[in-house]
Amino acid sequence: MTASKATATQAGTPAVSGYRSLSMPMRYLINAVLVVIFLVVGELMIDGGVVSRYQTGVIEQIGIYIILAVSLNIATGYLGQLPLGHAGFMSVGGYSCAIFIMRMMDTMGVTARDFATGTPAAAGLFVLGIIFGGFCAAICGLIIGVPALRLKGDYLAIITLGFAEIIRVVMQNIDGVLGFTLTGGAKGLTGIPGYTNFLNTFIVVVISLFLIHTMMKSRHGRAILSIRDNEIAAESCGVSTTYYKTLAFVASAFFAGVAGGLYAGCIGVMAPAKFGFMKSIEILVMVVLGGMGSMLGSVISATVLTILPEVLRAVSDYRMVVYAVVLILVMIFRPEGLLGDYDFSTSRLIERIINHGKRPEDFVPVAAAAVEGAASDAKAAAPTATTGGQTETPGKESGKEAHTHE
Amino acid sequence: MTFLTQVLNGLQLGSIYALVALGYTMVYGIILLLNFAHGDIIMVGAYISWIVMSQLGLSPALAIVLSIVGCAGLGVLIDKVAYQPLREAPRMSLLITAIGVSYFLENGAQLVFGADAKVVPEYFDLPNLSVGGVGLSANAIITIVVTAVSTVLLTILVQKTKLGKAMRAVSEDMGAARLMGINVNNTISFTFAVGSALAGIGAVLYSMAYSQATPTMGIMLGTKAFVAAVLGGIGSIPGAVIGGLLVGFAEVFVSAIGLSVWQDAVVFLLLIIVLVVRPTGILGRPMTEKV
Repeated sequence: MTASKATATQAGTPAVSGYRSLSMPMRYLINAVLVVIFLVVGELMIDGGVVSRYQTGVIEQIGIYIILAVSLNIATGYLGQLPLGHAGFMSVGGYSCAIFIMRMMDTMGVTARDFATGTPAAAGLFVLGIIFGGFCAAICGLIIGVPALRLKGDYLAIITLGFAEIIRVVMQNIDGVLGFTLTGGAKGLTGIPGYTNFLNTFIVVVISLFLIHTMMKSRHGRAILSIRDNEIAAESCGVSTTYYKTLAFVASAFFAGVAGGLYAGCIGVMAPAKFGFMKSIEILVMVVLGGMGSMLGSVISATVLTILPEVLRAVSDYRMVVYAVVLILVMIFRPEGLLGDYDFSTSRLIERIINHGKRPEDFVPVAAAAVEGAASDAKAAAPTATTGGQTETPGKESGKEAHTHE
Repeated sequence: MTFLTQVLNGLQLGSIYALVALGYTMVYGIILLLNFAHGDIIMVGAYISWIVMSQLGLSPALAIVLSIVGCAGLGVLIDKVAYQPLREAPRMSLLITAIGVSYFLENGAQLVFGADAKVVPEYFDLPNLSVGGVGLSANAIITIVVTAVSTVLLTILVQKTKLGKAMRAVSEDMGAARLMGINVNNTISFTFAVGSALAGIGAVLYSMAYSQATPTMGIMLGTKAFVAAVLGGIGSIPGAVIGGLLVGFAEVFVSAIGLSVWQDAVVFLLLIIVLVVRPTGILGRPMTEKV
């Protein structure tokens, strides 16, 4: 360790010496600006006709699958469980949102055309519908989660799969029991107004990602991660595992419901057969390929896996087989997924640039520097203790640093 | 449809589920893997029967033998290619690989054979028996007898033979079994072979009952058989049979009272109730978790 760094420490910057970091409001501002730029560019391209109607539809679907993958990632990547019924939550959200909007259109005086032109009433109905869809899915998540989360691994996988099947059967046959038309049975729910467009999909995606991201960075998120890493240890440290497992599961279901609501408006038809086991697996493949626990991974793989089949229409027969092979190969050769649990951060990148490419761990931590200072005073007295202090403290610091990234 | 006929139907369907559930239970017992591909092995078995009889015009006996041997071989191949590299990996990776294999078999079959159902011809031309004025289907009786015999043979294999002892040892503690000189990988492969051969028998019996093969037939059959294995207590041979019969009866009776569209839901509801009340299944031993 060089003398210049030790002097910088004595100047007294907090935590890490000489490292220039961005303040939190600044970080939010940077990200908000990037989001707005992205949104404006997208809107301009669509309005200007650069992106066709069909391509806009694909972009909306990308947004929907991003929410689905990231929401499944809460349960799979962050909580470490393997639910196989994500399509069930998606269908609950989709049906309830679509039915809510269709029934409320008359009450609120909104016509199908208003969704395209974008009146305030239509926007309000859209927000209410999406939230209603999310809540219905979350309630289902709660009903399923309470018994399912008592079980582990394969049992949880099979019980969620079973629940999704039950949901599908209910959607298909509920009309006969109720005696009036609610879901449209096996034929499906038709005539859903096209309330999904690029603008509201984009906003919902951004809000969902923001909420999930902040939840995972909060103490609740850390509690969820601790359950994944070692449930028994977490419980013995006072983490209420049942509560946090249910919380993660319900949050996962909520966002799946939100995505389902968008999906209903995007496709215009809801049929129970679409939300079978295969759909759940498709979402799982996105999460696994991207990297379990990586939000960026889910976003990228959801984007790529939604665009690929559209581009590769000619070889679409082989698509599923290729998916399967890729899934097996990834598990054998890179079980943590393509990105592992790496997540991209603009603020971190900017900090790297303003610090001339140095990472926080390249700087002398305060504690280590203090030990070093003390050690140089007492060099003659206890040389063995000094070396111990010098080597151990930075190691601990970098270890802690690595842990927070996980 | 008399009550007796329904009972026989329930026994027939339950027997098929029981055979498939035995395969699940064996694989789960030894490497703690929910072998998602197991249901799809049955699908492959049904297609082998269809190819041999319908396309090649060979004898049904050969079709049965080839279906069983083909399934056993496929089971071993899947273990060697997909599961063996992941022996030390986390359970989650193994489970996802199993889903991948299942997905591969389904979509592969769809690519090769097409999505439409293939009709598997009758294996034997058997007349229906009549006992006391009640018509009994010969197929149903064959299915029940074959399942009973297979279960007994499997129990003898696991309890009395040296290989069975090795299988039990590996399932108890893989590391210790290896230290005792047991070839762990061969034992696991053997388990896959036996389990998949049972799936092959299941495929033949299923084709007898429903005489068709589709690429996705394995999903529901496999899932319900797994439900049966879990209901009975996974890892237990009599448990798998009890669970299989329970699921079979539940389905047949739900259809019989005119609620056939709800039968899938009822089976899963049964699973959820059993798992909530008794998480290790009817005959399963309670597990304690070591830190």
